[in-house]
Amino acid sequence: MSERKNWQEVELGAQLPAATSLGYKTGGWRVLRPIFDPSACTHCMICVTYCPDMAIPVAKSEQGVAGKGGRVYKGVVRLATNLDYCKGCGICAHECPSKAITMMREEEAEQASCKL
Amino acid sequence: MPTLQEIAWKTDGPDIRFVSGHRMCSGCGIGAIVKTVLAASDKPVVVVNATGCLEVVTTTYPFTSWNTPWMHLTFENAASVASGIEAAYKALKRSGKITDDVNILAIGGDGGTYDIGFQALSGALERRHKFMYLVYDNEAYMNTGDQRSGATPFGANTTTVPVGKVSFGKPQWRKNLVEIAAAHRIPYVAQTAAHSIMDLYKKAQKGFNADGPAVLAVLQPCTTNWAFDPSLTMQYSKLAVETNFWPLYEVENGVVHINVKPSNRKPIEEFLKGQTRFRHLFKPENAHVIVEMQKMIDDEWARLLKIEESGIQF
Ligand code: SF4
Ligand code: SF4
Repeated sequence: MSERKNWQEVELGAQLPAATSLGYKTGGWRVLRPIFDPSACTHCMICVTYCPDMAIPVAKSEQGVAGKGGRVYKGVVRLATNLDYCKGCGICAHECPSKAITMMREEEAEQASCKL
Repeated sequence: MPTLQEIAWKTDGPDIRFVSGHRMCSGCGIGAIVKTVLAASDKPVVVVNATGCLEVVTTTYPFTSWNTPWMHLTFENAASVASGIEAAYKALKRSGKITDDVNILAIGGDGGTYDIGFQALSGALERRHKFMYLVYDNEAYMNTGDQRSGATPFGANTTTVPVGKVSFGKPQWRKNLVEIAAAHRIPYVAQTAAHSIMDLYKKAQKGFNADGPAVLAVLQPCTTNWAFDPSLTMQYSKLAVETNFWPLYEVENGVVHINVKPSNRKPIEEFLKGQTRFRHLFKPENAHVIVEMQKMIDDEWARLLKIEESGIQF
């Protein structure tokens, strides 16, 4: 029989600091890359709230950003997709009511960005 | 009611409680469900998480995606540990050792909830601990490769009820967890789905603010084992509601309220098609299964409408 311990002496399980998975970049999983066209975006936040990987950052903008129809959208606005974490699922592109996101094969997107 | 902008600021803004870098399958809706539910709490949240997809993918050692206190438990005891945390929290508050208000959230998949953790859940509800239980329901044991659970729908192909010459998949209808939870006479029970962020947020808020236990059942279409393109997760969630396969409703202090009544309910085939687990149902010899399924869905829906109309309380 092992020695009995009271509850203060029981060993704790693994304890981790919070939010460390930010150090694990899941962007490398991507086959398709979402290409975001800010000029078509109404900043409706559908893509942001749907993204399962929190890969579409938001900011509060008082002066606003230019979007669909040349309008200026103020308040909470979406920024460029964070390709460090985006897994390329395509939910954002499929659900965007303004068709502001299109999916492109990763290697094509890479080539296109090299030509610039 | 908050706008989607306000919700996005909470789910993806600077005070985010659930962060990137988790290893959910690409297109898995659990991420959207969890970040929305956590954002709906105006107090700090303590999370206890039964074994399951969510636990495995968010805490691959040494990483964690939780930016809020979180604890992993076995499959069966999420609700027991939540009970213990609530009791300890009350005691510490009474003795003045802590002053902060917190919300306690237990999370399990359908396997950990409908089946393995069911007894602990029922006990915790009966003891009326103040906590919310969230089940993300992907309708089978998906983390271990698609074994049937009490939540698996009629007619679905799983590895433990495989389709073959004599079997059309699962021959039984699924359990109704919402009604079972409501039978405990707890203040709040609701059913919602991954695509319905506003509804999910509102219900999570109600659950957190309830004066006692609350249960939230959320449909989570599984891109990997229902086997559809990862971009379609929210579409399948929508179709489940539009076909009345998964009605959005709540039971608040015993009173049933249906949140969405599709004006033109779509035939169940719309939901079934494109999912590998239902592919066999489109063979001529299985036509009767779809007919039977449609009848069950319509009967269930008629029953739910009747309960709502009657005003009879759970
Ligand atoms: S869903 Fe489309 S319109 Fe809405 S914020 Fe995203 S990109 Fe912009
Ligand atoms: S493709 Fe998927 S993971 Fe990438 S930003 Fe869009 S929704 Fe998020």
